[in-house]
Amino acid sequence: MIDSLFDLVLCALIIFVAFAAVSGRDLFTAIVFFIVYGLMVAIAWLRLEAIDVALAEAAIGAGLTGVLLLGAYGRFKNIDAARMGSWVPLPVLIVIALAATGLSAAVGVVLIALDPNGLGLIPAVNANIAQSGVFNPVTAVLLNFRAYDTLLESIVLVVALVGVWTLADNSAWGQRVGKTQSVRANGVLQSFGRTLPPIGLMIGIYFVWAGSSQPGGAFQGGTILAAVGLLSAMAGLFPPPRVNDARLRLSVIAGPILFLAVAIAGTAWGGMFVLPADLAYGLILAIEIVLALSIAITLMLLVLGPPEMTETPQ
Amino acid sequence: MITDALTIVLTGTGLIFFVAGTVGLLRFPDTHSRLHALTKADNLGLGLVIAGLMVQVPSPLDAGKLVLVWALAILAAGTTAQLVARSALKKGQSAPDDEGMQ
Repeated sequence: MIDSLFDLVLCALIIFVAFAAVSGRDLFTAIVFFIVYGLMVAIAWLRLEAIDVALAEAAIGAGLTGVLLLGAYGRFKNIDAARMGSWVPLPVLIVIALAATGLSAAVGVVLIALDPNGLGLIPAVNANIAQSGVFNPVTAVLLNFRAYDTLLESIVLVVALVGVWTLADNSAWGQRVGKTQSVRANGVLQSFGRTLPPIGLMIGIYFVWAGSSQPGGAFQGGTILAAVGLLSAMAGLFPPPRVNDARLRLSVIAGPILFLAVAIAGTAWGGMFVLPADLAYGLILAIEIVLALSIAITLMLLVLGPPEMTETPQ
Repeated sequence: MITDALTIVLTGTGLIFFVAGTVGLLRFPDTHSRLHALTKADNLGLGLVIAGLMVQVPSPLDAGKLVLVWALAILAAGTTAQLVARSALKKGQSAPDDEGMQ
């Protein structure tokens, strides 16, 4: 009774916050509501006992995307914020509204068509998890049964970074990524930047490691590690890397390349992405660890943005 | 039974602080007094909610994790409050002098 009451309130809040994010005239308000929306949806996933999805939604959907949007908003400062609301012409708005309604209706139809007592693919996953090399069914799906999707996701991140870097000014190319950080030596931000990383590193590495048997994995752990790196960079504890640093670029693509190499090696065992049961654990763990590092560095570079420094910092 | 009562009292009190902090955020006139309302009330509110939950968890390890959540929230809230406050000072949204602020 109380449980379903909680769920009803949560659903109402999600719809309200989603509506506020879309209808907000002010861009900043819309972003803030979008972040709150991500946190609410993460709680909803928790209620559905999908802890892996909840972690990903909270870390990436609310946290990282929120930071990216706020960063983009910071770059929009020169544009009249009030104009942003009426910027889209009415016919385009109507097309967008119709498309969104159609998409929502399609998702609704698919949802209603599902068998309410059906188990979906749970029996199939449970029957084959012994061969997957891991004990967490979500990781088994993401890195073995449906590794295809995860590989493409990791490549999308690299493509996104290429997109961000194309925004760099010619004169700034070769400089360190991001803006010059102005931090007071031993100020509040620096102290914070020194206090948090040990805890963040521990939690991030734990998430990557735990992924094989419990909720966690490369994306969730990688996002936490990215936050640690970002905080340290913003606190001025280490200079951000140069955009044309070969080691930096290698570390960005190492994860997807290892993943792809293992996928192609699978052809020797019967087809793309086929992992032999006895090697699967080691291979998945190796992919998870390298992928987590690549994801962490890529996400950090995405937030820091293209190189914008006019001069080399100290 | 006693633990349930304790949880209800503690989390209930915590929620009152959350409400007070939210009202302060909405009603106070400038950035610094809004921050004051937020950081004081939210930290205490979260602390009380956590204290209320701690009597329900099965092991000391889980209680430790809850305390860690509270400690990290306080640390982050305190830091961001300082940064927001200084940024507001620089923009001249209240108080005359930047010197001497830590």
